[in-house]
Amino acid sequence: MNRPSSRPRAIFFLVFVALVSMSLTACGDDADPQAAQCLSKPVATPIDANKVAATDTKGTEITLVTHDSFAVSDGVLAEFTKQTGITVKLLSSGDAGQMVSQAVLTAGNPVADVMFGIDNTLLCRGLLANLFTPYTSSALAEVPDSLELDPFHRVSPIDVGDVCLNYAKAAYATNAAPTSLDDLTTASFKDAFVTENPETSSPGLAFLLATVAKYGDPGFEAYWKKLRANGVEVASGWDQAYNESFGGGKGPRTVVTSYATSPAADLMFADPPVSAPTIGVVEDSCFRQIEFAGVLAGTKHPEAAAKLVDFLLSTAFQEDIPANMFVFPANSKASLPKEFASTVRLVDKPLTLDPTQIEAKRDDWTERWTKAVLR
Amino acid sequence: MDEGRPALSAPRASREQHAALRGWRGALAAALPLAFFAVFFAYPVGSVIARGFDGRGRVHPGSVLGDSATWRIVWFTTWQAAVSTLLTLAAGLPAAWAVARNDFRGRALVRALVMVPFVMPTVVIGAALRTTFSRLGLDGGRVNLDQSIWAILIAHVIFNVAVVVRVVGGYWAVLDVRLEESARVLGATRRTVWREVTFPHLKPALWSAATIVFLFCFTSFGVILVVGGPRQATLETEIWRYATQRTDFATAAVLACVQLALVVTLVVASSRAERTAVQRFGLRQAPRARRPRTARDKACVAAIVGVTLAVLLIPLAVLVERSLSVGDGYGFAHYRALTHRDERGALFVPPLDAVRNSLVTAVEATGIALVIGGLASVAVVHGRRLIGRVLDAGLMVPLGTSAVTLGFGILIALDEPPLDLRTSPFIVPIAQAVVGVPFVMRAVVPMLRAVDERLREAAAVLGASPDRVRREIDLPIVRRALAAAAGFAFAVSLGEFGATAFLARPDRPTVPIAMYRLLGQPGASLRGQAMALGVVLTLITVMCVLLIERAQRGQRVGW
Repeated sequence: MNRPSSRPRAIFFLVFVALVSMSLTACGDDADPQAAQCLSKPVATPIDANKVAATDTKGTEITLVTHDSFAVSDGVLAEFTKQTGITVKLLSSGDAGQMVSQAVLTAGNPVADVMFGIDNTLLCRGLLANLFTPYTSSALAEVPDSLELDPFHRVSPIDVGDVCLNYAKAAYATNAAPTSLDDLTTASFKDAFVTENPETSSPGLAFLLATVAKYGDPGFEAYWKKLRANGVEVASGWDQAYNESFGGGKGPRTVVTSYATSPAADLMFADPPVSAPTIGVVEDSCFRQIEFAGVLAGTKHPEAAAKLVDFLLSTAFQEDIPANMFVFPANSKASLPKEFASTVRLVDKPLTLDPTQIEAKRDDWTERWTKAVLR
Repeated sequence: MDEGRPALSAPRASREQHAALRGWRGALAAALPLAFFAVFFAYPVGSVIARGFDGRGRVHPGSVLGDSATWRIVWFTTWQAAVSTLLTLAAGLPAAWAVARNDFRGRALVRALVMVPFVMPTVVIGAALRTTFSRLGLDGGRVNLDQSIWAILIAHVIFNVAVVVRVVGGYWAVLDVRLEESARVLGATRRTVWREVTFPHLKPALWSAATIVFLFCFTSFGVILVVGGPRQATLETEIWRYATQRTDFATAAVLACVQLALVVTLVVASSRAERTAVQRFGLRQAPRARRPRTARDKACVAAIVGVTLAVLLIPLAVLVERSLSVGDGYGFAHYRALTHRDERGALFVPPLDAVRNSLVTAVEATGIALVIGGLASVAVVHGRRLIGRVLDAGLMVPLGTSAVTLGFGILIALDEPPLDLRTSPFIVPIAQAVVGVPFVMRAVVPMLRAVDERLREAAAVLGASPDRVRREIDLPIVRRALAAAAGFAFAVSLGEFGATAFLARPDRPTVPIAMYRLLGQPGASLRGQAMALGVVLTLITVMCVLLIERAQRGQRVGW
């Protein structure tokens, strides 16, 4: 079931990878040369889609390992069981970083059959450790090509979201709200901004990557030094930043690193209820995050696992994603709940970085960030 | 067995004086704890460290040890734990005296209330400290305690003061008050009595409490990250960061070895100190504490109890306030929401289901901890010397080992039949019992050691078999310690997050996991539910600790 577009894209990727690896070697510092190969040829034999369709999976139990932000509505997985006879056991193991590390540690003898929630910032790490068995789901036809980062379909994109600066609308009723990354370094936003430590938080890392994408390397360091001079606060995690310092829009800090969908969440869970979002999004600050699912190499039930990947891509699951995990479905046929459709969207021009580059440089960047901001 | 000794002295005890527990009974008492330790600690931790050194890592182990940043972190980890321990002892001793030696209305409740911070999420302690600092004007300008080392130290004291109050207080309560009274009658000042009689006798319990507190502070995670902020790093947070965020098992393994080496050194030293500090003093079976008689005593007790509770309960007040805060006013909406699951959202079950899961897990974990810890204590005091020493120090080490080391170790070590426990429902209570066992041992071992040998001899002379001696002499005295330890193990299990979070079943969450998931999503109402769930957990903890202690008191034998 190879889709027509994958071969040219594979060649493009190989060329790109070669370029990136050359540029990295040119830089010559502690970049990991291995990282550049993560999108090259896989070792495992792909799961045959025809065999998947032909296998009777009734009575099989498989395990889906996720990060701890995974959520799904009542009855959705029961629908999968009804269709295929497969029961799904859920396992969550910390944040996405911890989940991938655990999988690397247990590679070949995984605790689960399918992994959901590895994103583009961790993708190469997982691929380099040969975590996944390739499987090309027919449902990928409905997924935009731009989301498919792995040409060999070891992982399939399930959802997409943006990590963006959020601001409290109430605080900017009279003076101007921020519209760009540069704004945060100006006097009007002195002591206004709280973000997360990229060493301990995934949105924190995404925002650091956004600044690297925007200002380049080493330009991002200068930007963060300016932020520091302007009184940026750093929290260890999203909860402390968003709920405590930013106070969900009512706290002492008025700009925070969160998600493009925070206004929708604000609308759905506000207390007391509100009619319009009280949180605004700075569209020029967004870093694109794509989350993937893949069949874990070493599973005893590859066919059942492949069926679960099919299901994760189906509209039944895809339409359930936004209101549970506050990200957008990868399947373009899936429709959005009304709170989403009216309040939030994916930005047109997100900031992005190539996964190979992220894997190669991430430790170097976070270490230099720590020196620039915390020391 | 025992040389005759002058009746009024309190001679140093040496192990050899005991009727040793040898033969198959002794072997059995030692075998189970040893097996438990080997399978659920030594083997997993050994495996994960070996994995870090298998050469697949990107980092050379030597370069980690050669880096001065590593040693800065080691130094900070150690001194903050040492200072936290001293402060906790200082803060806890007055309260330990108040509840051990004085009878007053609500004493049992006070003993239970000090346990509350054990189940309090770090986020709440952090928020409470922040609120208090800003009320007192200590969060900016000339003095800024927010996200400082002071905030870490204060949080550690709040979390751990219960250990001192209960471990030292429990021992103090059975210390024969007549010793002190004789000294007073003979003309010693209060100060002299403390220095010459009380303090030397309390030493074993002080070592026990100090060891536990030190290990907790040495490996504290949430306090460092949440209360201390992003600038503070300890061995524990660094092991977590390298292993989980960087997938750098080599660096994590080096740091885990350093942590292990320091912890083993410490527990061996403190176990020796505790052993040599024991003075046989004729433990009394819980002599009745007296009501404070003089006005001065009354004022002292009231002040100590008042201040201790005030500090401990500020976080609770913040928690309650947040749980009742609905919209712009107050109400019980968040509590009502606990009984049903939102059709969508972070939790797969109604939040109250988490309470049931927590209770079941805690009962299992406490049971395991009591059996393993109880047997190990007997083996330590009455068994063969070498095995006793290994168990005494060894079973403390898990308390000072990072949750990541153990969690990842279990993942790669217990991954094949017959021990494929990675996704077994038993792994959670077992992991929690690993933390509960040290509490049981630190409560029971000093008491067993201090049981007056003359009591045993008298019983033996009167014809009691060794088993009967143990049953009739040792058990009643130790029962009180076991109850205190059970309360601890229970509270530790109810509040435990680290090990539970490793491979959690989201459809079977414990309360801390449920709270974490609720807090992890935007929306004020979910946050309110998390806080309400926290209040429910607090109430249940206090009630359970009260019940456990009451059950023990019902068993009291007359003296």
